[in-house]
Amino acid sequence: MSGELFDMTAIAASGVTETSPAGAAVLRREKVMRQTQAAEDAVLAPEKPGAWSASVRAAFAVRIARLNGNDALAEHYADRITDDTASPLADPANDGSAQGLAAVVAFMDKVAAHTREVRAEDIDALKSAGIADADIVRLAELNAFLAYQIRLIAGLKLMQGAK
Amino acid sequence: MTRVVHKFTRNVPIWQPRVTPVNLSDASPEQLDALQVTPSNTKVSDYVLVLAHDPETLKVRSPLFNAIMYDPGGMSRAERELGAIGASIVNRCVYCAAVHADRHAKLERSTEVTDKIFVSGADADLSPRDKAILNFAIKLSQCPPEAGDEDMGALRAAGLSDDEILDLVLSAALFGWANRLMHVLGDPVRQEVTA
Repeated sequence: MSGELFDMTAIAASGVTETSPAGAAVLRREKVMRQTQAAEDAVLAPEKPGAWSASVRAAFAVRIARLNGNDALAEHYADRITDDTASPLADPANDGSAQGLAAVVAFMDKVAAHTREVRAEDIDALKSAGIADADIVRLAELNAFLAYQIRLIAGLKLMQGAK
Repeated sequence: MTRVVHKFTRNVPIWQPRVTPVNLSDASPEQLDALQVTPSNTKVSDYVLVLAHDPETLKVRSPLFNAIMYDPGGMSRAERELGAIGASIVNRCVYCAAVHADRHAKLERSTEVTDKIFVSGADADLSPRDKAILNFAIKLSQCPPEAGDEDMGALRAAGLSDDEILDLVLSAALFGWANRLMHVLGDPVRQEVTA
């Protein structure tokens, strides 16, 4: 039961083990860890994905993990890209023009890495590119969830490392 | 007329959405379920109505948010608010910073700590424990995260247990999420009173 808990993305990617002091703390927050995994499932593979397929979502997850220097998480999400046309979006050096998603890529990078600089104009740019309001919210949730998961992993890693 | 608030404040602004909120009377059963609208609870904020555009995420996010900020055990409520404030300072989410500075001040019955944070940010002159907590939250919130072994050592030296440190990680990380919704999908505004 708890073994499966330690296979959940954030815990597995952090290297926290069940028998460590960090693992004991994780077990005492089991509900939060399970809710975190449920959030990943809702954000990465929703039943109603709107404009963003599971492969496009996974590609953005890889991209954001890379922008944050988290290679283990990038690898985890890379395995979920099943549509090759989405793959180039995972590369932070690709601006999305060739995929017709330049505005979306610019938005995702800014929200992930320069959050404080986001302005109303950045949302206007998505609207001008024809992105529906619901799909704008979906992009923000995907980006925002990853910010959370990446920082949870970074913190857990430090907890496990510092004996 | 409204004016966008750019400076940190404890006086909570109005949140003005940049996308059109879901209209409650047009909401799908799935959206109503995620909104937890019941006959006795029909007041829903614009912020939550904006998030209702993605009901699958909203439905799992609300209980997660409440568990991280309110579940018993681990770190104190006020210190969890400090984690939230650290993230909100980094991401310059004026709205989140206002709400959570207000909560911190009410829990502590003092505005001293948050006054200092709003003036001096990461350099605020706080108790060693608050300073270690704020510093960790601020560093964890950078992209890429900048918190390191020394910052973890400072938390332990300040007397935080593993349970408390995990709650700090969770609250600061959670506001990496909340800030990217609140600061991205709307503006903090005040009504201008015109004569």
